[in-house]
Amino acid sequence: MSQTSDAFGKADPIDIDSAVSVRGVSKNYGEVEALRDLSLEFPRGQLTSLLGPSGCGKTTLLKIIAGLIPATAGEIEIDGRKVTGPGPDRAFVFQDFALLPWANVLRNVSFGLELRGVGKSEREAVAEKYIGNVGLSGFEKAYPHELSGGMRQRVGLARALSVDAQVLLLDEPFSAVDEQNRRKFQEDLLALVRNENKTFIFVTHSIEEAVYISDQIAILLPRPSRVSEIIRPTSFRGTKADNIRRSPEYLDIVDQIWASLRNYVE
Amino acid sequence: MNQRSLFLKLLSAVIVFGAWQIAGLIPVSYAFPTFTESMHALYTITMDGRLFTAYAETLRPLVLGVAISAVSGIGLGLWIGLSSRFDWLFSPIFIVMQAAPLAALIPILVMAYGIGLTSKVFVVCIMAMPVIVLNTSTAVRNTPASIKEMGRSFLASDRDIILKIIIPAASPVIFSGLRLGVSAGFIGAILAELKITPTGVGDIITYSRSIADYPTMYAAIFSIIVLAVLFLNGLERLENTLFEGNNRGYVSD
Ligand SMILES: Nc1ncnc2c1ncn2[C@@H]1O[C@H](COP(=O)(O)OP(=O)(O)O)[C@@H](O)[C@H]1O
Ligand SMILES: [Mg+2]
Repeated sequence: MSQTSDAFGKADPIDIDSAVSVRGVSKNYGEVEALRDLSLEFPRGQLTSLLGPSGCGKTTLLKIIAGLIPATAGEIEIDGRKVTGPGPDRAFVFQDFALLPWANVLRNVSFGLELRGVGKSEREAVAEKYIGNVGLSGFEKAYPHELSGGMRQRVGLARALSVDAQVLLLDEPFSAVDEQNRRKFQEDLLALVRNENKTFIFVTHSIEEAVYISDQIAILLPRPSRVSEIIRPTSFRGTKADNIRRSPEYLDIVDQIWASLRNYVE
Repeated sequence: MNQRSLFLKLLSAVIVFGAWQIAGLIPVSYAFPTFTESMHALYTITMDGRLFTAYAETLRPLVLGVAISAVSGIGLGLWIGLSSRFDWLFSPIFIVMQAAPLAALIPILVMAYGIGLTSKVFVVCIMAMPVIVLNTSTAVRNTPASIKEMGRSFLASDRDIILKIIIPAASPVIFSGLRLGVSAGFIGAILAELKITPTGVGDIITYSRSIADYPTMYAAIFSIIVLAVLFLNGLERLENTLFEGNNRGYVSD
């Protein structure tokens, strides 16, 4: 059951325009009940984090939204259309990057367009643009094994951006990336959310990361998972990236989330 | 890097041929000629054309058998790897085939197909096919689930997933199966000529042994090995042109 708690009495009204709606979704893996009757709205053009301890079903929910695995019950709607499988309106960024090891950066980034039947010169032009956007210009001919973890994930991000989907699904994209790169990435992601008019669904288990980058944070509790709290930080969203971590609201929300999650951590 | 590997190849050739020469000089057996004697014999049979007529004969079942094994072996392997029902049905056959004592099967083959080309092709296939099928099916089954899932999320059709993800991902192991299969096919071709009817290179080996012309016998064996090595190198070239990205160090030299 979802319940909206506004963090500091000034959250947005509920009747926001949502790009993705999750309604009463349950998922069982045989005996294991991963999700139970989970409902959640994802506002258009914003970044929503799914935050929760490992094993609570974040990846499962994201893959159900992606149409990669079916829900046991409930439904997902994207712009009012029911999800029955993967679609051109969603693009996935994988935790383990999922790059083709035999293909260079250019082919990896343009792979989504290749599968859509876009011609070679056209898809490579689009790929070039996003390779530049994620800061990998000059690495077009490099193979994944020649790149660092952070660079590989930039390739994964560029691939997802180049298909121009309305909804981006990111499954702990920075968990295999070192701390310095992660911070740079988070700043870049903030800029991306502001500049690209896309809806981001971002899975993380890091409280600081979720508070830093999210317009809305959905806290999931351990199995069977449901949304225990929704937090919408407000005051520091407009401020410069450098100042966010010093804002009192940022610090308060981090503390508040930790207070509600600590009961579930041994 | 490349020069170094060329140097190492030459070095190992020198060591092997040197040891051969010394063993022939001792001699370890009166039936074991020196390297230089064997090379001289090789020169002789090359010059009088015997080697070429022999290979014209031997290459027929070899090329036919290897081609059949490669095409149907990879095809079957893909099928077995993609469908668990097929796996259940066919895998045991190839595991048994790989373990079967070929020499014991030859009389049965001869009874069924006579002493002609068919039986020899069968022997080559029995030797070459199992490892090709089993390597292909294992490689297909071990394609990382995460890149298949990535393909699906970016709207790949089943055909795309097979052609653009599974086959390239499996290709290094498929090619290593092909290399092993081709080597086994060479053994099969010679075995067929020794056990069914002495023709081609098998005839040179049998005949020169019967008249105690050991240098010629070893020259024939040596030529087979050289041909096999050349063939395997060609296969590796093919792999590198077909799957550029595979050449990342783990392809054997
Ligand atoms: N394919 C599967 N088969 C069985 N159980 C699974 C499968 N995938 C996930 N689970 C279980 O479902 C739960 C949620 O998994 P997951 O969604 O990966 O969690 P998270 O991403 O939050 O760490 C875990 O307990 C996990 O063991
Ligand atoms: Mg996960």
